[in-house]
Amino acid sequence: MELFFQQLTNGLAIGGIYALIALGYTMVYGVLKLINFAHGDLFTLGAYIGFTLLTSMNLIGKIGPLPTLFLFGIIIMGLVGIAGIVLERIAYRPLRSADRLAAVVSALGASIVISNSIMLIYGARFLVYPHHILPNFTINLLGMKIPFMRIAMLLLSIILMIILYLFVQKTRIGTAIRATAIDHGAARLMGIDVNKIISVVFFIGPALGGAAGFMVGLYYGQLNFMMGWMYGLKAFIAAVIGGIGNIPGAMLGGLLLGVIEALGAAYISTSWKDAIAFFVLIIILIVRPTGILGERVADKI
Amino acid sequence: MNRKYLIWAICLIFFLSPLFLNAYWVDVLNNIGIYAILALSLNFILGDTGLFHMGHAAFFAVGAYTTAILNTMYHIPILFLIPFSGITAAIFAYLVARPIIHLRGDYLLIVTIGIVEIVRIALVNNIFGLTGGSNGIFGISRPHLFGLIIRRPTHFFYYIWIFLAVSVFLFHRLRNSRFGRALNYIKEDEVAAEGTGVDIAKYKLIAFVLGAFWAGMVGNIYASKMTIISPESFTFWESVIYFCIVILGGSGSITGVILGSFLLIGLPELFREFAQARMLVFGLAMIIMMIFRPQGILPPPPRKYNVDQIN
Repeated sequence: MELFFQQLTNGLAIGGIYALIALGYTMVYGVLKLINFAHGDLFTLGAYIGFTLLTSMNLIGKIGPLPTLFLFGIIIMGLVGIAGIVLERIAYRPLRSADRLAAVVSALGASIVISNSIMLIYGARFLVYPHHILPNFTINLLGMKIPFMRIAMLLLSIILMIILYLFVQKTRIGTAIRATAIDHGAARLMGIDVNKIISVVFFIGPALGGAAGFMVGLYYGQLNFMMGWMYGLKAFIAAVIGGIGNIPGAMLGGLLLGVIEALGAAYISTSWKDAIAFFVLIIILIVRPTGILGERVADKI
Repeated sequence: MNRKYLIWAICLIFFLSPLFLNAYWVDVLNNIGIYAILALSLNFILGDTGLFHMGHAAFFAVGAYTTAILNTMYHIPILFLIPFSGITAAIFAYLVARPIIHLRGDYLLIVTIGIVEIVRIALVNNIFGLTGGSNGIFGISRPHLFGLIIRRPTHFFYYIWIFLAVSVFLFHRLRNSRFGRALNYIKEDEVAAEGTGVDIAKYKLIAFVLGAFWAGMVGNIYASKMTIISPESFTFWESVIYFCIVILGGSGSITGVILGSFLLIGLPELFREFAQARMLVFGLAMIIMMIFRPQGILPPPPRKYNVDQIN
């Protein structure tokens, strides 16, 4: 039982990360019907910017660890969000009316460019985050010792998701995003600046992905320029599980995938851990291609 | 007419090139040849049928491992294993593609990425105790052909490029056959093709399996050329390279695919100092090509049929 709960909480923490990245996929897919393959690499970018900030600025001694991390988190979200906007301008906007394969190939190209730029700047070796930034005590929960970081990660991702959900449901810009997702032409006729909305989406998605990258860096302490690829794929799978284009679906899918993967690693086999997500994807696409929360659409997948 | 002679002259010079190139460059040409055959088989799936398939390295791996396992365990001669490797890859492709072939565009893409990852993880985990884990399999023997052991780069040059020439001929014939025209119809307009009575699921599946069959046979050539194979040679990024060769060369065009292999595999050899930035340049080339020339460098010429020759 101990193993089960440890894996469950671990799975929820990682699932929160998947969910944050999956939100970026699902929002972009919602408005552009495009799989943004470069999204995982923006996540990596977030982790690396976090590394630079932590090693170059010695703020922790001055204002304490938590305010520092909070401040860095905001800076990372801003920078990665801007990178997302630039990415859309350069690699996707010229292909808005081209066929889908062209956009997919361009997205793959962008993914290769970002990850290899990171490699050329930081080197191909694994980098290690500075230690002892975070309080690393454990919390006693029902007689089990759960690391504080796990709970903090899960809480933080849930808070970010709730903020995003409220933003999309309650604000004017959120309404415009939903309108754009349904029909570009009609949205434009209603006076919505579709290009601006797409830029907003390409800011929010990567910003959340960058925050996720920072959290992964803090949690595991290790960085590699290719790490975003696996996280990206799994987050995409999470988005498909929940129903792509659907924001609560991405959250649910992310948490679910994290838990399935952690339990699978514990009870089936650790070495097959990375394959589990793909098996889940294949099964979900065969059984229910629209995902758990996806609406039934006439358009066959 | 002049053009035709020119092409024959280039082919002749190319076939004599091992006589005046050193072993290193002959080996580069061999690699280009292997990638070109793989890309041709992918082109049949991606370029001719329009299926977004990014897991071709999986079938290549199945073929190479079939050869390696049967050769090292039962000492079956390499050349006998060529069709066998192809068939194993084809059966594997049939089994994995059967439930997913109806998926639309980018969903199929993600699932095929999943397949290549699952295959790689299975190989690393030494599935059934046969694949040797992350070390792979070594000691694969060389092909024996009429008493000659194909061993030197020059031997492999003729072995690979003759195989490529045969592949080009067959894929060219296939493309212009009734079957190939049906595939082209599916690529251009699936609904219309279905409406005309083309069984799209069946045709797509056959295209997929045929491409995998060919990739499996290339796996055999690769295994006997390297004599050591390991899971690193069959990663997802390999699949991306084949994909890029087809897309950048000109999807659906055989000459385009061969040109693409020269550009993507041969050109980086000329700039070895910049090897680190190689992938960066690939990525940039992909974005720029998609914006300015999405059909690739040498797209296929439009098909022309003489009306009274069609039947």
